[in-house]
Amino acid sequence: MPPLEIPREKWIGRVNEVTLGGNGRREIKIGGESTLPFLHFDGSIPNRPVVAIEVQDREPLDWPPHLVSAWGEALRHPQTWAKKAVEFGADIIVLRLRSAHPEEGDTGASEARESVDRVLSAVDLPIIVLGPEVTEKDNEVLVAAAEVARGQRIGLGNCVEKNYRTIAASCMANGHIAIASTPIEINIAKQLNILLCDIGLKPDTIIMDPTTGALGYGIEYTCSVMERLRLAALGGESMTAMPMLSDVGNEVWRQKEARFTEGVPPSWGDHLERSIIWEEMTATTLLGAGADIVVLRHPRSVEIVKGTIEKLMVRV
Amino acid sequence: MALTGIEIYKNYLPKTNCRECGFPTCLAFAIKLAQREVDPSLCPYLSEEARQALEAQARPPIRLITIGSERPIEVGGEVVMFRHEKTFYHQPGIMVRIRDTEPPETVLGIIDQVANYSVERVGLELGLDGFAIENTSGDSTTFIRCIELARSKTDMPLVIMSNNPTAMNKALEVASQGRPLIYAATRDNLDDMVGLSLNYHCPLAVYGPGGLEGLSELVERATGAGVEDIVLDPGARGFAESLTTLTQLRRLALKRNLLGYPIITFPGEGSETIEEEALLAGQQVARYAGIIVLDHFSPALVYPLLTLRLNIYTDPQRPIQMTPGLYTIGSPRQDSPLCVTTNFSLTYFSIAGELESSGFPSWLLVCDTEGLSVLTSWAAGKFDAEKIVKMLKEFSVSSSISHRSLIIPGHVAVLRGELEEELPDWRIMVGPREAVDIGGYLKRNWRGDLS
Ligand code: SF4
Repeated sequence: MPPLEIPREKWIGRVNEVTLGGNGRREIKIGGESTLPFLHFDGSIPNRPVVAIEVQDREPLDWPPHLVSAWGEALRHPQTWAKKAVEFGADIIVLRLRSAHPEEGDTGASEARESVDRVLSAVDLPIIVLGPEVTEKDNEVLVAAAEVARGQRIGLGNCVEKNYRTIAASCMANGHIAIASTPIEINIAKQLNILLCDIGLKPDTIIMDPTTGALGYGIEYTCSVMERLRLAALGGESMTAMPMLSDVGNEVWRQKEARFTEGVPPSWGDHLERSIIWEEMTATTLLGAGADIVVLRHPRSVEIVKGTIEKLMVRV
Repeated sequence: MALTGIEIYKNYLPKTNCRECGFPTCLAFAIKLAQREVDPSLCPYLSEEARQALEAQARPPIRLITIGSERPIEVGGEVVMFRHEKTFYHQPGIMVRIRDTEPPETVLGIIDQVANYSVERVGLELGLDGFAIENTSGDSTTFIRCIELARSKTDMPLVIMSNNPTAMNKALEVASQGRPLIYAATRDNLDDMVGLSLNYHCPLAVYGPGGLEGLSELVERATGAGVEDIVLDPGARGFAESLTTLTQLRRLALKRNLLGYPIITFPGEGSETIEEEALLAGQQVARYAGIIVLDHFSPALVYPLLTLRLNIYTDPQRPIQMTPGLYTIGSPRQDSPLCVTTNFSLTYFSIAGELESSGFPSWLLVCDTEGLSVLTSWAAGKFDAEKIVKMLKEFSVSSSISHRSLIIPGHVAVLRGELEEELPDWRIMVGPREAVDIGGYLKRNWRGDLS
């Protein structure tokens, strides 16, 4: 019998390699792959996908009890929280400036500066700073964050269609990376990348966040959009070749399955087990669709998802 | 290998555009054939050679296999690598393994739990699909007893697992009417297992670890002897092995027309904890398994797995939809809150569930957004001020309520200004982004007297 020839993909494109950190801060490289997720036989994956842990600038009051107890006192201050996140194995710290949201404290540039500074001094991991997703507030706090972290190549998001000029300018002036976020749609994602590059941002200083749907809450849309973006990138379409970030914890922990400890059907099973696997399975599924960074909340998810990435990085 | 519409048109159709197939031109028909949406027999003028070629083309590159008889499942029949290219058609069967070394009470306990497990999502009841009964004891009497016990409790499909043809023969004597999957033909027992598969008309799993060439050789021997319904076990157990091998098998089937059969996996054998088993099973739902045999049953792990399967196997062109209209949640009065949303069923069910538990009977206006969610439909221009105004009119919302307050989803807060212009006597309220926050939002913001 003739030997069985496995069909290989001859991709012509490659995902951009983006460096976060530097200038005294630990560096990490994201992206760079020339094949679909974990398919080592078609191309190379120079950098394994990474796990970021989310830290908020104020103690979160709406987290379910066991997520709170997994962190304990550390949640009180972003700097202690970030340090603990390092112990729990974070590759990157994502600092969410949630208190800047008009309904959650409406804090401004000076508070943002302080929180970012504290986290920067507490840990030497690469940092991504996310605003409250209200455009004017994002502009205010992200510009402040960019200045404090000047030269340390942090990620800044959300950079969206409405405020991309401000964020891009701030990234260029201070040497940072834009986290370009768009509502689950391939052309809008591509369009924002084009806009960012047109005003001068280098393609390898952009990470895209095509919007995450949690398991049971639109994950199939996210999967398909990520797969299509990645297929386009490998097919040589440079404006979709940015590495991708998935804000998993943020989406998962607002859903009933993760939040509710009682008043749910018995078929949902044990709350602790269910909520953690909800985060883990959302993360591993999106890693399989092309995520290069997943942002998580529960320390156990971090451990398990990192372990799964390790296993998938083995060439077989 | 899959033919394109043009290839079909050029090489196989009469090019007379006689319209008897129901299509205006041969080319139009060819394109439908390429998409496997029509039967080639609709054209009465095909040559014998064309008929054969087109029938082969019409068959999915991965054979559709039926397992079970009372409540059969169909697996395989897939035609794409990625769901956006068309859709994934037949969701993998998820089964639970029972070892015949377990005491009968335990076996009955597991069967009871699994068979009765059911969880509701977006108005659908999700559940597991059957059992794999393994001759772990090596003793055929124990094996038969276990199978009979299972058959007495459930008519769900079975996989019968033994490498011993004698034990398998005895098992099939009692269980073959249920059309179980025979697991498995191996290098050592292939001829005997093939014989059993043919005798009892049951599908046959072929186990060929250590490379697809070995597997392919075994499969060829089985098909050569006349077995048609085959399930593959390439023996790839861990995360990386499974992803690589199952991807390669899907490609071989789609691009080379080789080894086009559904695949059975055992995630419990490739993982160290049950949590990991569930994650690996999740990977296999997304990447190409036809039957997944779990070693553990735990509702907290099975619920996310069934949810993932539902999500991944939802047709991207046909999301599960609600009929547009004005829905009542509880028994709303004229002064009860009015919310507006899209007709994506998940959105609807999330909001309806939250409104129900909020203590506010409500009106829910469901707009036709072709089944897209709030954000996606907004991005696609299918959920905008104009659409909302149109739906308000179409379903005469004003006549059902006494107030003029409309709560829009937080994700489309941008629509507020435009709505205020289009609906000058209305108050437009921006609700929360997530359904789960609706109860709290109404408590804080809904005052009947203000509206
Ligand atoms: S029936 Fe056959 S010959 Fe007539 S239009 Fe259709 S494909 Fe062409």
